[in-house]
Amino acid sequence: MTFGYGSTGGTAVSVLETDPREKVQVLAEDGSVVEGATVPDLSEETFVEMYRTMKLARHFDERAVSLQRQGRMGTYPPLSGQEGAQVGSAMALRDEDWIVPSYREHAASYVHGLTLEGTLRYWMGDERGNRLEDLNIFPVAVPIASQIPHAAGLGMAADYNDSDEVFMCYFGDGATSEGDFHEGLNFGGVFDTPTVFFCNNNQWAISVPREKQTAAETIAQKAVAYGMEGIQVDGMDPLAVYQVTSAAVERARSAEGEQLRPTLIEAVQYRYGAHTTADDPSVYREDDEVEKWKAKDPIPRLEAFLRDRGVLDDERVAELTDSIEEEVAEAIDTAEEYTRPTTESMFEHVYAGMPERLRQQQAYLDRLQSEHGDEELLE
Amino acid sequence: MSDTQNLTLVQAVRDGLKGELERDDDVVVFGEDVGKNGGVFRATQGLYEEFGEERVFDTPLAESGIVGTAVGMAAYGMKPVPEMQFSGFAYPGFDQIVSHAARLRTRSRSRFSVPMTLRMPYGGGIRAPEHHSESKEAFYAHEAGLKVVVPSTPHDTKGLLAAAIRDPDPVVFMEPKLIYRAFREEVPDESYTVELGEATTRREGDDVSLFTWGAMTRPSMAAAENLAGEIDVEVIDLRTLSPMDWDSIVESFKKTGRAVVVHEAPKSGGLGAEIATTIQEEALGYQRAPVQRVTGFDTPFPLYALEDYYMPEAARIEDGIREAVEF
Ligand SMILES: Cc1ncc(C[n+]2csc(CCOP(=O)(O)OP(=O)(O)O)c2C)c(N)n1
Ligand SMILES: [Mg+2]
Repeated sequence: MTFGYGSTGGTAVSVLETDPREKVQVLAEDGSVVEGATVPDLSEETFVEMYRTMKLARHFDERAVSLQRQGRMGTYPPLSGQEGAQVGSAMALRDEDWIVPSYREHAASYVHGLTLEGTLRYWMGDERGNRLEDLNIFPVAVPIASQIPHAAGLGMAADYNDSDEVFMCYFGDGATSEGDFHEGLNFGGVFDTPTVFFCNNNQWAISVPREKQTAAETIAQKAVAYGMEGIQVDGMDPLAVYQVTSAAVERARSAEGEQLRPTLIEAVQYRYGAHTTADDPSVYREDDEVEKWKAKDPIPRLEAFLRDRGVLDDERVAELTDSIEEEVAEAIDTAEEYTRPTTESMFEHVYAGMPERLRQQQAYLDRLQSEHGDEELLE
Repeated sequence: MSDTQNLTLVQAVRDGLKGELERDDDVVVFGEDVGKNGGVFRATQGLYEEFGEERVFDTPLAESGIVGTAVGMAAYGMKPVPEMQFSGFAYPGFDQIVSHAARLRTRSRSRFSVPMTLRMPYGGGIRAPEHHSESKEAFYAHEAGLKVVVPSTPHDTKGLLAAAIRDPDPVVFMEPKLIYRAFREEVPDESYTVELGEATTRREGDDVSLFTWGAMTRPSMAAAENLAGEIDVEVIDLRTLSPMDWDSIVESFKKTGRAVVVHEAPKSGGLGAEIATTIQEEALGYQRAPVQRVTGFDTPFPLYALEDYYMPEAARIEDGIREAVEF
């Protein structure tokens, strides 16, 4: 059973008090508002931005997968189906807040300012795509769950510095099995850190289904063990995600009295595509299951809602589609125009100052390059 | 004569596991995605279907849990064969590997032992994301109580894996994923072992001894062939890195008086240093040139735009061989 909640935090009973075994929802699958739910108070413009960003993420994802297929990009982790959770949650942040991502948060990072070409370059095997100048986004963390303690530590440092930044940490359902999940949340609770622990439960960790990660009924209920609020939300309902995340961000920034600042959010969603382009999901799951989840797709869902309110019509949707295609195509062109990083860059960022031995190794590679030429050397 | 099959290295892993699962009921295979999915590299393909979920199963995503439960099972008398999906993701399990798998025998004065074989693909060159390309065999070889095996051919893979699983002590079995599918070899259907701790000579030569293992065996052989007629290179594939076959290493070096060690792991603190020093200790009087090391760099393994520069390739290995010979 799902429930809708009207408040967005701050009011008498916060949406965060919802039982962690229930699932918060605002939009029904057909885009109508669930009985008793209150639609977040956003401007028309912001609603359209939410819609456009999800649509852009979907299109970007399709293009990225095809770039990999064409040999123009390395292994890539697709996000289709997960746009609602990523966009809805990241839109709840202020610019000064931080995203501490795993490796699949291309859309959340885009909302927080990361360019599409930055994401592309990273997955094209170029570290420069991971240097997010002036953006409060931590680099991609590939080892599962390893970023969770970082997010708690960043929060501890912000506290120490009297800053009111909030740290939004993303991870998957599989990540909740790692020791780092436990340690990160436990520190979050003990040190009462300004962290939102956001679990993108997309039902699968590569081929292992959610039921095999934990015998617990929900992931959200694990929060109880850390003394913090845990809440489950329909992760394919961008408005519900926005509502719940806004309340958690608000609490992280300015919890009062007995309330702990960190929250564990479990956003229930589905990964439509492969785990990465190196994976073949037909080996371990049925197409029927994918189709069932596609009925909850966040994009048509928000579109129906906005059409119903007269915010979107065919013409506006077509305009948005064109501008999205243009933006993504441009980003791909820009990313592909970059030349390969220099071999020096391999040695440059290991330490602040380069030890002599590393300098010698760099000189050795330079010599090999000039004596043999790249073609012979890399044969 | 027994029948053979033409297998790739990864198929030989699978065939080796299958043979041991058939042979010994105490053998169980588990890890992330090794069940229905058959492993992300298909190293366990079909085993779940053939042996059932009791013997081949998926675990939660937790390396400390995987290794730690394997230690418990092994101490009880089973023969667990857990998988680390990539060697770069073994570290949450590192504590269990070095603090317990390696030491339970010593701690209990041999009452308990850990006959576990911990499989993990390692090494670069597959255009993968961060942490998927490292070669950190030295971490494990540094730890007393562990054996470390790195095969380089399908035939050896099956035989070494069987020997590792039957061994009474923990073995870290590192699989060179770059050559998982690079070539095929005739592999006997029936099970057999290739003794742990024995190197093999891949190519005989008189001028210089080249010591290597795993995926580096191929570019090393290519370099040796390219130099044939000019420099006569002996290529020795160590196969087991702990305990190392010092007799074969020293014997070859006494013949040639020159040595090159090739590994894709970083240079500093790598096993090349151990080999060079042992040669000095055991055969200084035979030495005609400084030992050359052709290795990865002392940098984190780069993302794939630069990985081909990181990995030793034939030209770089030839360069190292010349340095040794032209000293
Ligand atoms: C410590 C560690 N172990 C294993 C892996 C290999 N691996 C990469 S993604 C993945 C599944 C992750 O599942 P989940 O946490 O649900 O995130 P999702 O990919 O579904 O977003 C695994 C096992 C890894 N990256 N890190
Ligand atoms: Mg998942």
